[in-house]
Amino acid sequence: MSILVNLALGLLFGIGLVVSGMSNPAKVLNFLDLFGTFDPSLAFVMGGAVIVAFIGFRLTRMRAAPLLAPAFQLPTRRDIDSRLIVGPALFGIGWGLGGFCPGPAFTALGLGAAGTLVFVPAMLAGMWAARMLAERTA
Amino acid sequence: MTEFTPIASLVGGMLIGLSAALLVLLEGRIAGISGIAVRLLPPWRDGLFAQRLAFVAGLVAAPLLVSAVTGTPVVQTVSADLALMAVAGLLVGCGSVWGGGCTSGHGVCGMARLSPRSAVATLVFMSTGFLTVLVMRHVLGG
Repeated sequence: MSILVNLALGLLFGIGLVVSGMSNPAKVLNFLDLFGTFDPSLAFVMGGAVIVAFIGFRLTRMRAAPLLAPAFQLPTRRDIDSRLIVGPALFGIGWGLGGFCPGPAFTALGLGAAGTLVFVPAMLAGMWAARMLAERTA
Repeated sequence: MTEFTPIASLVGGMLIGLSAALLVLLEGRIAGISGIAVRLLPPWRDGLFAQRLAFVAGLVAAPLLVSAVTGTPVVQTVSADLALMAVAGLLVGCGSVWGGGCTSGHGVCGMARLSPRSAVATLVFMSTGFLTVLVMRHVLGG
């Protein structure tokens, strides 16, 4: 049941990425190109997603536990540390170079572009390396 | 040049938000794609590998389903500069995990939870994203 729910929600998330245009790196890069071929569409993606998630999270908060799991696993940290600056800074540079963040990169896999087939393994390698480094320095 | 698509982008964004809200309501977990992806790699610490794999499989299947239903191929332009894409992938991967989230975990879920950490992270990655495109397209002229 839980596996089917995750498959369906991944599908829904991916359909959202495709319908919104966020799965297309050219659209992402044009959003980031304020002084060139600026395409503001992605502001609408973020806006729509944040508004619906905000309402959903508020409604969910009235419950003591999720419907299919024993407890909520939500982030609790409030501190701003150097990792919260360095990590997103590097992430943004990679996002601006390739036009892919992790979700759209996965949706692009099945379309088989050579750039995607290089990007995704490199991304997974970077993720693994960062996790290992984080666990060593923790 | 890409076409400005406010309606499609808003609707697509709302579907992303709905998926994130339902994942919390049903499973109690945050839809952060970098967090889901990094936990697909060893070492595996909790029993949720199959759930995460299923979520990613849904992401991969989505454009294939959309093009099958609509009868039109999904439009996508990916850079053919493979060295650039390798560097981009490494930076996206290590940066998102080092910073504890990406566009989904910080940008959508974190902002929707009014998390100050996510607001900082989103401001930083948007800024370096804008700067990178500025440098690549208008300073280096690539």
